[in-house]
Amino acid sequence: MLEIKNLSARIGDKEILRGVNLIVPDGEIHAIMGPNGAGKSTLSYVLSGREGYEVTGGEAIYNGQDILALAPEARAAAGMFLAFQYPVELPGVGNANFLRTALNAVRRARGEAELDAVAFLKLARAALKNLSMQDDMLKRNVNVGFSGGEKKRNEVLQMALLRPGLAILDETDSGLDIDALKIVAEGVNALRSPVFSALVITHYQRLLDYIVPDRVHVLAAGKIVRSGGPELALELEARGYAGLEAA
Amino acid sequence: MTALPTRSLEAWRYTDLRPLDAMSFAEAPAAPLPDDLPDIGVPRLVFVNGRFDAAASSTLMFAHGFATVTEESDLPLALINAQHAQDGLTLEIPAGVDAGVVLLISYANGGALHPRHRISLGAGATLTLLEVIKGEGVYWHNPVTDIVLAQGARLAHYRLQNESREAFHLATIRAAAAADAAYESFTAVMGAKLSRAEFHVELTGAKAHTHLNAAQLLGGSQHGDFTSVVRHKAPDCSSRQTVKSVLSDAARGVFQGRIEVDRVAQKTDGYQMSQALLLSPAAEMDIKPELQIFADDVKCSHGATIGALDEEQVFYLRSRGIPEDTARAMLIRAFLTEALEPVTHAGAHALFEAAIETWWTGK
Repeated sequence: MLEIKNLSARIGDKEILRGVNLIVPDGEIHAIMGPNGAGKSTLSYVLSGREGYEVTGGEAIYNGQDILALAPEARAAAGMFLAFQYPVELPGVGNANFLRTALNAVRRARGEAELDAVAFLKLARAALKNLSMQDDMLKRNVNVGFSGGEKKRNEVLQMALLRPGLAILDETDSGLDIDALKIVAEGVNALRSPVFSALVITHYQRLLDYIVPDRVHVLAAGKIVRSGGPELALELEARGYAGLEAA
Repeated sequence: MTALPTRSLEAWRYTDLRPLDAMSFAEAPAAPLPDDLPDIGVPRLVFVNGRFDAAASSTLMFAHGFATVTEESDLPLALINAQHAQDGLTLEIPAGVDAGVVLLISYANGGALHPRHRISLGAGATLTLLEVIKGEGVYWHNPVTDIVLAQGARLAHYRLQNESREAFHLATIRAAAAADAAYESFTAVMGAKLSRAEFHVELTGAKAHTHLNAAQLLGGSQHGDFTSVVRHKAPDCSSRQTVKSVLSDAARGVFQGRIEVDRVAQKTDGYQMSQALLLSPAAEMDIKPELQIFADDVKCSHGATIGALDEEQVFYLRSRGIPEDTARAMLIRAFLTEALEPVTHAGAHALFEAAIETWWTGK
């Protein structure tokens, strides 16, 4: 379970998060929607430990552990995963090497045995197949020359292999056509289980047709201003975000 | 002795030899060969303190005895080498022969060493020469290597310069490639207190080709200078050069690269790229690319970048559970990938991989 209590954060002098409160129980998928500049991406970066953000108050507890004190790699080992809005290109780093290094680092940190190259390939090929991805994806450099859709699928591939307990999807739908969107959604839905939860950050309702959330929260001006069931997303789609900041 | 070059010479602007000038080198005592010399299952030739060690070397039918040196250039270090050279490797591969892989080991633990190596390949001959250069303590290693490639010959020349951190290493490598010949080289610069690898490659026949790559991995107060002059003297030749420098602490890297294209050398295809990664604010890189073109139908490009590791990339790797040290090592290794491309021999490649890994983990 993820509990965010009164979380405030800033970049430089700019206050971005102003007391976010949120609980995501195990097994649930929650959506965070909101206008541009509301702090959606900041929330995902603060939760995953990117540098440059100063937490000025509050806490984030995942499975009883204060994650804000942990290095990014320790958060990953604890079961958190951030699917990037803009996945980073790594020229010279082969995708297979990257995936195996990540998987084995996480397995080691969790006290599990590392996978040899053969066992890893078997696992990776099965995961690729589920995501309708070609095997040659493993041979290419990480995200280099990938289309927008391929980059997002590569994020979901990493998630499928690392099997996080909590996934944060930062605008994973941006830049995706409808076919790629469905594949990504299926990848997330395939992970659904009583021990998996997700925070789906999105500007548009579209993604939520395919990843149906248990709860929808509206983030505006650094705070959660409304929460509701899946119907809230439809309402926002119809009426827009106007007026929510005042709520 | 010919005087050492000074910084008033344009070619020596970034490398100051006064620390070397201030030293005197006594004759080195007989050195026992270290037992951790690399073995990649190929014939090896061993030089200890500049002298051929027959007992430690394989018998190679193409290796010959040392012959007196006459130096025709005005390169100060080659002149000094000629004045003192007493030994060196002479390899002559007859036309049409594939001589496989030869490992040349240079080990030193004192003194001033001026070996003169000569390698010639007959028409269509091929050879892969892997040089592993190491040592202990204070010494000066001033090797000159002259390479002649006849028509269609191919030499792959890999050098792992891993000298003692107290040593001076000033190497001059000259290669001439006739028509359709190829000189493919890669140098890893990791050792020595002060080093320079100076390459002069002449493409003398049509469609000759050279690859002149290097990776400099330097830390502490090491100084590494990689200097090259590639001269296109015939049409349709190509030269490729990728030099990558990774500098930590207060290390200083230098790259000077000149491409000369003669009037007759039409359709020249020249490429030169120098990239440096500075891992510390005190590290320094000096880059001087030069193009001198007298032909009118050529393609020549050069580029240079100096930067730090991309923290966005580091974060991406860490967010996937990869510890920070490993993440940085992966990105540095990735940065070097392109430079290692000419190293196609698996055993040599593994040797460089291991050396790079050791360099990083020893930080």
